[in-house]
Amino acid sequence: MSADVKIVKVSGTGIAVRGNDIDTDRIIPARYLKEITFARMGEYPFYDERFDSEGKPKTHPFNNPKYRGASILFVNKNFGCGSSREHAPQALFRFGIHAIVGESFAAIFAGNCVMMGIPTVTVTSAEIEELMKLVELDPQNRFAMDLDAKTLSYGERQVRFDIPDTYRNALITGFWDSTSMLLSNLDKVKKIAAGLPYMTGFRG
Amino acid sequence: MAKSSGRTLYDKVWESHTVDVLPTGQTQLFIGLHLIHEITTAPAFDMLREKNLQVGFPERTFATLDHVVPTDMRARPFLDSQAEDLTQALEKNTSQFGIQFYGLDSDRQGIVHVIGPQLGLTQPGMTLACGDSHTSTHGAFGTLAFGIGTSQVRDVLATQTLAMDKLKVRRINIRGALPEGVYAKDVILSIIRRLGVGGGKGFAYEYCGPVVEKMNMEERMTICNMSIEGGALVGYVNPDATTFEFLKGREFVPKGKDFDRAVAYWSSIASDSDARYDDVVDMEGSEIEPTVTWGINPGQAVGISEKLPYPEQCSDPEGAKRAYEHMGWKAGTPVLGMPINVAFIGSCTNSRLSDLRAAAKIAKGRRVHPGIRALVVPGSAAIKALAEKEGLDRIFTEAGFQWREAGCSMCLAMNPDKLAGREICASTSNRNFIGRQGSPGGRTILMSPAMVAAAAVNGKIVDVREHA
Ligand code: SF4
Repeated sequence: MSADVKIVKVSGTGIAVRGNDIDTDRIIPARYLKEITFARMGEYPFYDERFDSEGKPKTHPFNNPKYRGASILFVNKNFGCGSSREHAPQALFRFGIHAIVGESFAAIFAGNCVMMGIPTVTVTSAEIEELMKLVELDPQNRFAMDLDAKTLSYGERQVRFDIPDTYRNALITGFWDSTSMLLSNLDKVKKIAAGLPYMTGFRG
Repeated sequence: MAKSSGRTLYDKVWESHTVDVLPTGQTQLFIGLHLIHEITTAPAFDMLREKNLQVGFPERTFATLDHVVPTDMRARPFLDSQAEDLTQALEKNTSQFGIQFYGLDSDRQGIVHVIGPQLGLTQPGMTLACGDSHTSTHGAFGTLAFGIGTSQVRDVLATQTLAMDKLKVRRINIRGALPEGVYAKDVILSIIRRLGVGGGKGFAYEYCGPVVEKMNMEERMTICNMSIEGGALVGYVNPDATTFEFLKGREFVPKGKDFDRAVAYWSSIASDSDARYDDVVDMEGSEIEPTVTWGINPGQAVGISEKLPYPEQCSDPEGAKRAYEHMGWKAGTPVLGMPINVAFIGSCTNSRLSDLRAAAKIAKGRRVHPGIRALVVPGSAAIKALAEKEGLDRIFTEAGFQWREAGCSMCLAMNPDKLAGREICASTSNRNFIGRQGSPGGRTILMSPAMVAAAAVNGKIVDVREHA
């Protein structure tokens, strides 16, 4: 088995999208899931919140030039709930987001992110509020995420974040793209399969 | 007597499917059944080709077509070229990799979570995955069913396994009995309202207690379907006689002596009577009312006799304000009597025969209120045929409902069935997210099929118990 790129550090400027329970239909409207590849997803994150029905831009951080080039996204609670569409993290990633810091994440969304090599890390409500304010006041602030140390540093300051150990291991060892790791166990897989009664139709 | 060893169904099925503990600390879990549809899979097959990989267990994957299909006609090619392209990609991928495909010309076609159980593919004690968050539906059978993303679909195709983290288990015990006119949909909306849309994070939900035990399989599917709306990746009900009775005789269910052996196995995987849970929640069935949503997530719900809550009364006041902004409704007003424009009966939550029967009972002999667009969309081609045999289609069409072909339809905006502008839709689906039904300004009110039928004939939200 071979490891992918090890993801230990992510750094860059930030962008904040406020609100709890931001679902994946909002991150990427369903109509864009009809495209047969992920190639253009970077054009669509938060599309219906960024553009009106005539395609005119609305006020939204993702439209605001002062956040251009941001790579760390700050969010509130239960971000990414709803549909399992990987198009959501694909859209964010292809837009330029390489790490997400929030109060909490929905399960499938967080799982999809780690499979794509995007860390989703959590901090407290007070910390996220402070980080969001900082980003909004001074979009040029640079953040340095260290998955090894579980810290996010900016200026003179530093916060500790949480991330499930398994996700952290997958990212820092480079096994976040799990296929090769899973494939290397194929003999064991066949053995487990053979022992499951439904695999042979419960024949005696 | 059942062997007591303090384990839940979740523990047992997890253990029997564990291949290995991976270097990352995750568990490699064997996936007994993989269901796919046209939306989340095309890039997964592309990734396989890029990596030069084969499908490991092609006989364990089944494909159908549901999200993009028009429900008013089934002619190919579809008018929507993107829908046609996705369909052709699925046809090509399934034929190239030797996967069973139930397309529009098959009498087995339907919403993926409807046809799995209907064919008897979904069985107790199995692990199941599908690139769709409502995969939790299959938990009704005592199946560990995971909604997954596209990269994970690729992993299941290539290896029939997933790298997973074990969840905690929360037992949700619904005591007593449901009042007349209260349905499974009301139960799950009440659960989500109480525990929150993020409350299930990190948990599998085990639904139990007298109310759940009394439910038929279709009702249990409605409950498990919306586990994910409560933040729980997995929801399940322990298999029992009701489960076995439902499965008996279905296409992929073993027959004769094999069936008896299967029942013995299925019984053995139910949670032990002394199983340990990470959390237990008790609810009283008799206190549940017909329930409807008022906001933009399924936890923003009220009982039909209640008034819309003030933001300060909500767990997320900012979220409540945003919801009112979108809905154009006012806190403090009764939910009863809110006008609607569209009525949708369908989706993997509520499109099975018993749902259609409950709605038809209300629609019978009545007329859809003038100006209201009302759709009934069976969950599968087979359900459509059964409903027609009972004459349900006639009841609906005579009342002014449109009777459609099977598909996801107006549950989401990927086919021609959509809301327009600021339309308000009484819907039996599972998500009232902004834009979910195809119009960024559209509004969705989730409720049971009987409630939607009653809203359709009255032109507004009513208490179905007064309109039976
Ligand atoms: S009916 Fe709705 S929720 Fe169910 S699979 Fe289709 S789109 Fe998803």
